[in-house]
Order: sequence, then structure tokens, then C-alpha cells
Amino acid sequence: MKNLALVAWLDMRESMRSRWFLVYLVVFGGLMALFFVTGITDSVVMGFTGLSRLLLVYIQVTIVILPIFILITTVKSISADRESAILEYMLSFPISLGEYYWGKMVGRFVITFTPVFLALVGGIVWGAIQGAPIPWGPFLLYGAFVLALCVAFLGIAFCISTLVKSHDMALGSSFVLWIALLAFLDVALIGLMLQNRWSDSLIITLALLNPLELFRVGAIALFDPELSVMGPVAYFLLDTFGRPLLLAYTIFYPILLGGVAAWAGYWLLRKRDLL
Amino acid sequence: MIEIAQARKRFGGNVVLDGVNLQIAPGERIALMGPNGAGKTTLVRVVLGFYHLDEGRVRVDGFDPVAQRVEVLRRIAFIPQTPPPIRLLVSELIEYVARSSQIEAERIREEAQALELVVEEHWQKPFFKLSGGMKQKLLIAIALARRGRYFIFDEPTANLDPKARELFYKRLEELSGEHGILFITHRIEELAGLIDRKIYMELGKVVEDEPFAMDCPRGAASRM
Repeated sequence: MKNLALVAWLDMRESMRSRWFLVYLVVFGGLMALFFVTGITDSVVMGFTGLSRLLLVYIQVTIVILPIFILITTVKSISADRESAILEYMLSFPISLGEYYWGKMVGRFVITFTPVFLALVGGIVWGAIQGAPIPWGPFLLYGAFVLALCVAFLGIAFCISTLVKSHDMALGSSFVLWIALLAFLDVALIGLMLQNRWSDSLIITLALLNPLELFRVGAIALFDPELSVMGPVAYFLLDTFGRPLLLAYTIFYPILLGGVAAWAGYWLLRKRDLL
Repeated sequence: MIEIAQARKRFGGNVVLDGVNLQIAPGERIALMGPNGAGKTTLVRVVLGFYHLDEGRVRVDGFDPVAQRVEVLRRIAFIPQTPPPIRLLVSELIEYVARSSQIEAERIREEAQALELVVEEHWQKPFFKLSGGMKQKLLIAIALARRGRYFIFDEPTANLDPKARELFYKRLEELSGEHGILFITHRIEELAGLIDRKIYMELGKVVEDEPFAMDCPRGAASRM
């Protein structure tokens, strides 16, 4: 455990010095600042206003940016270190593969989740100072959704990173995965359903398996579960499963997915040649 | 004792280790030689637990390098041929080594000092930004500070100037006889007086394994 904490701590410190982390901070912190500067909390769009409107916009941005940021910065953690012989050296010390692998993952989780969550907290605090009522329920649930999304994509990224031996292949695979998941959001799903006459159950299953779609459905369901805002597939899911079950699934499924993917990555690391 | 029995390893269709048998006793000092692609580095990586053998077995003091890697790596200090571009600060790298290997960081500083590298001057620099020679000196200092039962050196002096090489060899001479050393090298003349056995590999096989002694002093030998 001591070595796991050591690896996590050093990975966090190394990440905090890297350029990608600076960009990551600027993107999420800067966006939140931009929302306030542009008066997003005072505007009304589709019935949303105040901090609810702010959270809604933040959700849209998070869906697109967070997964790709996590994927491209994390897939290189094992594959690039393997290519540059860093892994060979760092693993020549008496440290178990588990301590190294899970330590890296814990460090990367803290470094990716904290800025997004803190930006959210900052936005809420600033809004409260301005006199807007704080939507506590949506805020806490949204925090849990972001955490689940981070775990899902970190697990997937670590799995790709151990599975693929070349850094370029790892990056390419992440992009393909991200584009595929993004493409299967509600608009694409309904398009497919109409154009290709796929069965409804297949479309719904795809939606339930896609952590991005779940994040979107769960997050928007926190505010206003209307068909016009959510899209037909999301509306169907909410109508079929009910709000509490869908929200619980939105939190636990991505965590399970990330956990299984991360475990698969660890298994591969142990069973295959390290270099 | 490092015991390698019938070690066989393939990468795709290429056989890189072809039934290697080798025993290295504690205190033995061995030069492992051979042309590029002979399987030297692969053999070392098998001992360090990085590769799974297709056939055969490896044990380090009775421990399996893959299944019991922590026990094995407690006994082995390793220096790679080329310093990897580690992004940690020098202070962080030393912290990683000291805490994972359970040694005093001060010992690494002392070993670096013996190689004329003042670690404190580079404490807050990323490791990869040090010069090639400095990086290699730090890796040597780390390995020596760990006082491994076995040292595995993969051409450790490739980036060092002649003076630094001499300091390194002098430091090795000072080590007590209980440490085994496995040098991968192409310049055996530099190791005169330091090694007592020479192993030559070719196409994944050990083709020569014999005692080694060179009468002339190392300084003279390296000028030959």
C-alpha cells in the first residue's frame, strides 16, 4: 500500500507539471469563468435559468471534453513509458505490478476528477454569492456522474494502454472509441433507428451501454425530463425505468464498466511480457 | 544464485533465446558479450521478470522473477544501457528509489558524490533534462546505493567520459566480494581485473563460457 501511495503521489506531481494538465485546468476553470462573464446564469434558454442553466451548459461541455482529455492523456501512461524504456527502469525496483498499475490509476483519477469538480464547486459558490438559489440535489448527483464518467474512461484508457504496445496505436484507438461513443448519442441513435430500421431494443441497449449517453440522460433528467430537451431515446429510458433507477444506473454502470476495464488491463499487464 | 535452465524465448517467428543454461553464483563477476541481436538484453530482461519464458525456468535465489518479482528485484540492482527520459524531478526519482527499495536517500547522494555528481545542484530539475553523462552517473549511483546482491549492468559506461569510467570502475573494485556482477559489454579490455568469467552469446545461445583474466592493468588495457 505504501508503494501504491508513492506511485500515485509521484504521478500526480508529474501530471501537475505537464502541459496537458495546464490546458485541462484552463479549459474547465476558464469555461466556468467564461460562463459567468457572458452572463449565462442570467439568460433563459428552454426554460433553464440561474445555476441550473449553468450546470446544463457545463454538462454539455463535459460530455465532449472530459472523455477525450482523459483518454488521450492516460492511454500513454503505460504504452509510452513502455516505448521509451521508462517502464523498464521504473519496474526494475522492488515494487509489485499491482502497486504500480493501481497507483498510476489512483493518481490519474485525482488529477482528472478534481479540477472538473472544483470548477463546478467554484461555479456554485460564485452563483450563490450572486444570490442565486443553490440546486443542492442536482449539484451532488452531477458530481457523482462526473466521478463515474472519470472512472469509466480511466479504466478504459488503462486497459487500452496495457493492451496496445505502441503509443500511436493507443492514441488512435482512443480517438476511434471516443468518436464512436459520441456518435451514438441520442441524435445519432434516432437517426439510425429511422434510416436503417434497427430494432428498438438494439437501439435502447446501445444507449444503456454507452457511458456518454447515460451521463447525458442522467444529467439532463436532473433538471427537466422533457422530450424536447432530452431526445426520444433518453425520454424512453426515463419513462421505462423511472427517475431513481435511471439515476442509480447512471452512477453505478460507468463505475462498473471502468472497474472491469481497469481490471482487464491489470490482468493483461501480469499475463503478458511487460516490454 | 541465478539459475537459468533451458530458457527459450520467441518473438513472433524469431527465436531470441535458444535453450540457454547458465548459473551465476553470488560474488561472481561476469562479462556477457556477443554481437547485436545475440539475446543478451533479452536474457537480462528475463532475469528481471519483464519477459515470460516460452520454455525453461529462471530462479534468483530460488525465487521466480515473474511470480515473485518483488523478492527478486530486492536482490538485483540494474543499470540500463541508455538512461530513459524519466519526467520525474531528480528529487522525486530519488524518493521513488529510496522508498521502494527501503534505502536512505543520503546513500544515493554519497554514491553520486563519489562519481563527482553533486545531486543537490540538480535537485529540482527533471531527470530527462540532465546531460547524458549526469543521467548515467545518477543511475549508477542509484544502483550502487541499493547494494544489490547482484548487479546487472547493460553497457553502463556508454555515456561516460574516461574519467567518470575510471571513477565507476574504482567504485566497483571497492565493493566487497559478495556482490555478483553481470556486465553486458562490448569492451572487455576495460573490465580487466574486475571480472573473472566471460560468457559469449550468439543467435540466442551461449557459445562460450570460460574463466577470464587479463594481466595488464585496466588503464593500459583501455588504451590498447
